[in-house]
Amino acid sequence: MTYMHIGKDFTPPDVEGKVTGAARYAEDFKKDGMVFARLLGSPIPAGRVVSIDASAALAIPGVLGIFTADDLPPAPPPSNPALAKEWVTYIGQPILAVAAESDHLAEEALSKIVVEYQRRPFVVDPLDTLTEGGPDPYPNGNTLIRNAGEAAAGTTASGTDVGRVKWSIDQVAAFRAGREPVGAQFGDEWSYGDVAARFAECSTVIEEPFVTIGQPHHSLESRTGMAYWENGKCYFHGSLQSHTVGHDALSAMLEIDPANLVFINENTGGGFGSKIFPYPMMAVTGRFARKLNRPVQLRITRAEEFYIGSARSGMQGWIKIGLKDDGRVGAVDVAIVNDAGSGGGGSASSSAEHISIMFQPEAMRFRGLAMYTNTTPRGAQRGPGQNEMAAVLAPMIDKAANLAGVDRVAMRRLNAPRMDGKIGARQGGISSSYMPEAIDKAAQMFNWDQKRSLPREISATKVRGIGVGQGFHTAGSNGYDGLIRIAPDGTIYLHTGVGNLGTYSYAGVVRAAAEALQCDWDNCVVVHGHGDLNLPHSTYQGGSNTMFTETRSSHVAALDVIQKLKEIAAAEFGGAADDYSIGGERVFRTSDSSKGMSYGEAAQKAIAMGGKYSGMEYPDDIHRTTVRSVQAMQGTGLIGVAKDTLPRSGAVPGMAIAFCEIELDKETGKFDIVDYTAVAECGTVVHPKGLRQAMNGGGIWGFGMAGFERHVYDPQNGLPANVGLYQSKPPTYLDVPVHMNTAGNDMPDPQSPVGARGIGEPAQGCAVAALMSAIADALDGHLFNRTPVTADMIINHVAQNGFNTGNLKTNTF
Amino acid sequence: MDVAPQETLAHTLRYKLGLTGTKLGCNRGECGACTVLADDVNIYACSTLTHEVKNRAVVTVEGLRAADGTLHPVQAAFIEELSPACGFCTAGQVMSAVALLKANPRPTREEARLAMSGNVCRCGAYDHYLNGVMRASGQLS
Repeated sequence: MTYMHIGKDFTPPDVEGKVTGAARYAEDFKKDGMVFARLLGSPIPAGRVVSIDASAALAIPGVLGIFTADDLPPAPPPSNPALAKEWVTYIGQPILAVAAESDHLAEEALSKIVVEYQRRPFVVDPLDTLTEGGPDPYPNGNTLIRNAGEAAAGTTASGTDVGRVKWSIDQVAAFRAGREPVGAQFGDEWSYGDVAARFAECSTVIEEPFVTIGQPHHSLESRTGMAYWENGKCYFHGSLQSHTVGHDALSAMLEIDPANLVFINENTGGGFGSKIFPYPMMAVTGRFARKLNRPVQLRITRAEEFYIGSARSGMQGWIKIGLKDDGRVGAVDVAIVNDAGSGGGGSASSSAEHISIMFQPEAMRFRGLAMYTNTTPRGAQRGPGQNEMAAVLAPMIDKAANLAGVDRVAMRRLNAPRMDGKIGARQGGISSSYMPEAIDKAAQMFNWDQKRSLPREISATKVRGIGVGQGFHTAGSNGYDGLIRIAPDGTIYLHTGVGNLGTYSYAGVVRAAAEALQCDWDNCVVVHGHGDLNLPHSTYQGGSNTMFTETRSSHVAALDVIQKLKEIAAAEFGGAADDYSIGGERVFRTSDSSKGMSYGEAAQKAIAMGGKYSGMEYPDDIHRTTVRSVQAMQGTGLIGVAKDTLPRSGAVPGMAIAFCEIELDKETGKFDIVDYTAVAECGTVVHPKGLRQAMNGGGIWGFGMAGFERHVYDPQNGLPANVGLYQSKPPTYLDVPVHMNTAGNDMPDPQSPVGARGIGEPAQGCAVAALMSAIADALDGHLFNRTPVTADMIINHVAQNGFNTGNLKTNTF
Repeated sequence: MDVAPQETLAHTLRYKLGLTGTKLGCNRGECGACTVLADDVNIYACSTLTHEVKNRAVVTVEGLRAADGTLHPVQAAFIEELSPACGFCTAGQVMSAVALLKANPRPTREEARLAMSGNVCRCGAYDHYLNGVMRASGQLS
């Protein structure tokens, strides 16, 4: 299909501001009378606050006050409180905030505050608390219980509670040693098909343990907010990756009517899942400002970002995979214990979902358990569950394929989802899949057939490895609102409540509206980022969700505009709306184009006609956020507004396939990625440069997960050892290939009006999988069974020092 | 302007001069988001005392445009290559690229990678920044 805008590169309106410094982030805003707040973190991993003495701090001239848990609604476990008191559960957990006339004074005040703590036992390894007699991270237990409708009083996490699960010493010992923990209790289980019968039909069966270690998000813009109150309204400059979808939640945190919140967030310095929705410290910013009756800026440090900036959940697990003679996956059995940190639910079921769609096993069983530890709270991080499973699964799949005598790529293509692909426990359908075609395209780009025959030995110390891997994430939803205004001068304002998390999707999605309206992009204004700019209720931005979901809502708003344009023209020139067409930013009679008017003239008519044409009336099914926005624009032009009620069925799969070639130095344990090639299976490519950004950036994240990034906690005192960037450690220019070769499969999804699906998370999953596959290939198929694979692990393996990969140790060194 | 002895250049630029294009990603010399030029050399403003640059020519990202408002070639190239992602590190990337091209107007991609390696991009837009450097140096059409 030939498009005007879809599939064409464009310059997003915010990019110039980013290269000139004009783009403003939350910390860049100032307000007269603004004061600076700082947080005091817990020095202990578990306990309770006995007393706080802030008298010396408050005596410092210019120190304005403190804010503690007593200033907030109670938040018993498993809520992640903004400020802790009774349940201190990790080092660095915020205990209080102090505000002063300057940031230096605030920091000086922190040093004068004396907090008395009562200690409790703590634990940093999920299997330690799972063992009978082991310490619990909370006084009342060690695991998340989902009991919808029975939430503990005062909890913010509806339908959850803290429970206790223990395994016998033998069960934990078996699990640590890489065997199935027979008879052990799990919190989450599902299966389909006759697993035992399908395994019996398999000629190749492998069993492997695996460990993935959590890692912090470390968004480069550390969490920042600046809030002030005027005439009962809270104006909040924040840093979220979504925008309007978080409006009601932030209002609730501040206990105000949503109509009295103006959230401003034009640019966000990274989120990666950690800023999808408002996070706890935002309650402190807004409420402290109200308490002091002064504008308050609360910005956290890089180290605090490690503690409260969220992190990926780690996994300790066991898997059994069966292949039939022809290489098809007959059965899979997988058991996962997630490290949920001091808060979070784990993502084991999503991990299993990755297996179910990428390899379409005939039968499968999943068992999962999320254990709390006294480590930093966990949350969504780029493809939670799926991507860490992609990482450890790839070398195991390679092993199974090699044992079965099937080429690794051919095996993946054979098992890849087709249009009739199934997913997860219920074996539901998917919106579309052209994954076999994507595999073929990527294999050709990488030249797999030629490279797999290359010698592994490069020199006396260097060996070559080539790898392949897949990524997946559900990538779309529906039911959100689109909103467009055509001004009397003909300017087309494309309103979106999508956040600006750095992918340019906020601009990409509204091009679906420009496409439908057949208008010049230069005549469009993208309206976003400020609550006073009348934004619609748009989707949350996480899970590769935006592109599919919001091209739909943009499209339906454009359809509403077009229908109104035709009705206005019919009222002016006679006939029925169906007698009219659009083109060249005019609406005209199809049989006589001289009978027509420009979009701007139609907008003037819309104002005169009133009613639905100028926003005086609006659909009953749009969200109250959208209603407020429409009401604010009544009578200012032609208003197009609609909720996405287009048909949708099945999961919307975002998928990707990657290939990796490395040169590994056996003397240093380091490797260079000399070729990275990846293809996105994400439907129609809407914005080619944006897609490359997503695929390349996801690739970098994959390399980080494979080789560098991890939590490290000292088990003796619960202290994290890597709170800084250089320790944690995100990849730099020197850790990644000098060129990256990525593309899109560009085959349309039938459930999107422009054929698009999302790709953000699979971009990482395919990369980590391909790199893990390449590392194993370079070392003659050796499985480390864990991520990251660090240089010391490689050296120890090469030196035959017996690195213990069977012991499922996580978080510790 | 009154500058305290312990005041960092990043603090002075951001909070006293209002030049907020210079970002603080780590405030401890790890990320490079605060990179500025001092006598054409790229430095971390978070780890430089303001008094250290007394009588030196300090240029921030806001000072790169020509007098007529034309963007610096690095800025224009970064737009063309869609180099920024979230953009928080971008000012630092721009300044390191400007410093590189002053010292080495036609770097190889590998040289550019080494020169830019003090600037972390958590979004992982390295390939796009390198494309921008190569375009700004006239080696990419």
